[in-house]
Amino acid sequence: MRQTLRNPQEERWQFQLRLKVLSGLIFVLCLLLLARLVWLQVVSHGYYHTLAEANRISIVPIVPNRGLILDRNGAVMAENNSTYTLEINPARSGDLDTVINQLSTLVTITPSDRKLFRKLLDETHGLSPAPIRNRLTEAEIARLSVNRYRLPGVDIQARLIRTYPLGSSASHLIGYIGRINQDDQDRLDDQNLTDQYRGTNHIGKLGIEGRYEQELHGITGSEQVETDAGGHGVRSLARIDPVAGNDLTLTIDANLQQAAEKAFGEHRGALVAIEPATGEILAFVSQPGFDPNLFVDGIDQDNWNALNNSPDKPLNNRALRGQYPPGSTIKPLMALAALTLGKRSTTFKVSDPGYFSFPGSSHRYRDWREGGHGMVDMHLSIVQSCDTYYYSLANDLGIDAMHDFFTQFGFGQKTGIDMDGEMSGLYPSIEWKQKRFKQDWYGGETVISGIGQGYVLATPLQLAQAMATLANRGIMMRPHLVRAIRDRATGTVRTLPLETVRTVPLKETDVDFVRDAMVDVMKPGGTAAQAGAGATYSIAGKTGTAQVVGVRQGEKYSESHTAERNRDHALFVAFAPADQPKIAVAVLVENGGHGGSIAAPIARQVLDFYLLGQKVKAVPDANDAGDDSAHD
Amino acid sequence: MLTIKELRARLVAPLDPTLFNTSLLLMALGFVVLYSASGSDMGKVASQARNLGLAFMAMWAMAITPPHKIERVVFPVYVVALVALVGVALFGEVSHGARRWLHMGPVRIQPSELMKIALPLALAGYFEWRGKAITWRDFVVAAVLLLVPVALVIRQPDLGTALLIASSGFYVLYFAGLSWKVMGGLFAAGLAAMPFVWHVLHDYQKKRILTLLDPSQDPLGAGYHTLQSMIALGSGGLIGKGWLRGTQSHLDFLPEHTTDFIFAVFGEEFGLLGEMVFLAAMLVIITRGLFIANEGSTPFARLVAGSLSMTLFTYTFVNMGMVSGILPVVGVPLPFLSYGGTSLVTLFISIGILMSVHHHRKLVKQ
Repeated sequence: MRQTLRNPQEERWQFQLRLKVLSGLIFVLCLLLLARLVWLQVVSHGYYHTLAEANRISIVPIVPNRGLILDRNGAVMAENNSTYTLEINPARSGDLDTVINQLSTLVTITPSDRKLFRKLLDETHGLSPAPIRNRLTEAEIARLSVNRYRLPGVDIQARLIRTYPLGSSASHLIGYIGRINQDDQDRLDDQNLTDQYRGTNHIGKLGIEGRYEQELHGITGSEQVETDAGGHGVRSLARIDPVAGNDLTLTIDANLQQAAEKAFGEHRGALVAIEPATGEILAFVSQPGFDPNLFVDGIDQDNWNALNNSPDKPLNNRALRGQYPPGSTIKPLMALAALTLGKRSTTFKVSDPGYFSFPGSSHRYRDWREGGHGMVDMHLSIVQSCDTYYYSLANDLGIDAMHDFFTQFGFGQKTGIDMDGEMSGLYPSIEWKQKRFKQDWYGGETVISGIGQGYVLATPLQLAQAMATLANRGIMMRPHLVRAIRDRATGTVRTLPLETVRTVPLKETDVDFVRDAMVDVMKPGGTAAQAGAGATYSIAGKTGTAQVVGVRQGEKYSESHTAERNRDHALFVAFAPADQPKIAVAVLVENGGHGGSIAAPIARQVLDFYLLGQKVKAVPDANDAGDDSAHD
Repeated sequence: MLTIKELRARLVAPLDPTLFNTSLLLMALGFVVLYSASGSDMGKVASQARNLGLAFMAMWAMAITPPHKIERVVFPVYVVALVALVGVALFGEVSHGARRWLHMGPVRIQPSELMKIALPLALAGYFEWRGKAITWRDFVVAAVLLLVPVALVIRQPDLGTALLIASSGFYVLYFAGLSWKVMGGLFAAGLAAMPFVWHVLHDYQKKRILTLLDPSQDPLGAGYHTLQSMIALGSGGLIGKGWLRGTQSHLDFLPEHTTDFIFAVFGEEFGLLGEMVFLAAMLVIITRGLFIANEGSTPFARLVAGSLSMTLFTYTFVNMGMVSGILPVVGVPLPFLSYGGTSLVTLFISIGILMSVHHHRKLVKQ
């Protein structure tokens, strides 16, 4: 009985003890928990707050709209069109081939689309989405949208795509934009512009697009977006609007540009037209061109091969980078040099037996006309492009005097045009040859330099600039392509200041004399009489021919017997109207034969179009070398 | 004929006001948090409300049933739960790599949840049945009754639940007077067995334990849950970001944010102060439960009440410990806050039993 009474008591005491022990444990564990929570939420609050913000807020760049490129009359040469692009994010799409095959049942995907996609994917190392199709049609978008649920990692992106409405016209001048590659990225890093290009995929590569990248790109905006764990934007928290890139107004007249290109027809070559008083470039042609639209989203291999391997070399910017012997187009400047330096009077006559040779030497520097021009004065030497006259004049002047004079007209140096990659051409001197070849200068080299052969090389741009300088009576203006920049943020238009490069000291009468001789080049008896026929304004012009292959002593150059690619280049320089020049032009037609028959008519068409607004026809391949006046 | 007074005495009086009101408070808190955690999904809240209705009925049914009547069914319930666990092992549905669910017609049940209640009841019933002549043999028998279901649950594999079941059974042994020496020995043996246990653990379990030491080591893998819930709590700070304004859960960074990790949502939105209110309310229930255990009239009543109260604390502690990153990630719901029918019903059955023990203490004495 005692036991039964005491036992429950004992049991209860035991139970209570154990309850107390556990209560103690609960107390300790709760303290531990509280300590942990205080550590997390009070002590480390700042740290975790930052982590949470980083978790949820991502800064999404907003790419600014690229500035437009307009011609001098406001015609659009580069713009942004909205388009829909099909993108695949390799991180979420699963097996790419399967996805692409699936997609190809919904939209057209060509093999070259596939190749290009692979290439773009390689460039980003498969880390970011790459487009597989551009310019989706509305029907395709509808089909894709319906099937989107079974296509993870596939997105339709609306975006602006750079478009060049003129196609291959002015392609070398405008250039193009393309995907930012490693080189571009490195350059951006160097210039601390990486942040500005966040979100931007494209960058100007060539021409105006490349040179004026900073103006055209604009200022990248940003949006603070709250994202979920999958990185999808949920809502916008703050936004800084981007500032669109500035619009460029070019000095180019798009109509004139197209007219000039049309005048070239199938011919390869270059044409540069400059307004002499300002240096504004009115037309900048390099034929054949290419379609810059192909490059915007990465050019596919087939198109690239076609462009890169074409014997016509459409990717060459001939006007800027093509260096050609200027040939007889420099003769007016030779004459001007002689007058300016006082080496010849206008009336001084040279007897031309059809060749020039040094006393006591049998080597003959031939004139283009067999038998020669007889007694030739300065005026006739320009009108008929007498070689012998300039052989002897060069010999009298000496190469260094010629070098100094021509350098003033921009030969052998970059014009400083606002385009990258310009070639400087070459005007030799004794010192240059010593440096370059460690050799002495030969008198014969001076002689052939007198007719723009030998070492002398010039770009079509330089020839046009030299002509513009002559037309502007020695005041050389900096040639330029951009006339004004319209600031998109403020709407203000900033006209770029004109820049005088230098003033060549010339006598008015000397300039007038040379100009009048050039006017007569275009008249009956002149080498470009055909091209000058029927002009209602006066043109000052000069033809030229640049040898592609040398003609050996005792042989005669025959156009019909020379392979097309070895034929001479045809050149022509001019300005008009002769007394009030509004336009100076240089034309080069590769393998065009002689300047009078092809290059001059092209120039005439351009002049007519610009000065009279006349329609332009392609200049046919003129093989009627029978017309004497059309030679050289 | 029962008078209204008698009816009230029988049907309403058993509902202990402390337990009932605190539970109501906690459930109200639970709905508020669930609404936010589910992304303002009224459907989910309504579904939880239905679960609560069911849970209340279960609680009420337990509360009006005297402990000695409950005692009668504990062995059959234990056997049913055990059979169900065997059934799971044989025919269970595999989900997320574990075999936990059993289909019984239209109903899908998780027998391990049932066992959480059935085991402590059965063990308490066993000790009550043995009366005063408890010897070490009885503890051996109890240990077998405990280890069989635990082993089955470990096999599923669901280590977390197995440990919780084991702990609820262990509390019964502890309150029944398991010798301190034996417990000390078990603890030592447990420590000694750790390398072996480590060896048989599944890779994902090892990973969870390892990431506990340094969650940032594998932030996108095993450590992701812990790291994100720590960010949620830490960024909540002292007073929280405010209701419906927790970014971690609303932006889906937080996994399982309506169930096991709902405490992180709560902590993020209501801060340390909110958590302390919750913990205080939980401690009120647990202390009340232990108090009830203390005044229990029979060993069965005491053991059951003590064990259930301690289990409630265990759940709370393990869940909060897991969310705050001091315990490995195990699938343990937080009482009152986590979404889920089974755990809610189980919770309120426990509270109902506590109420029953309290209400019927004098009746049994008489």
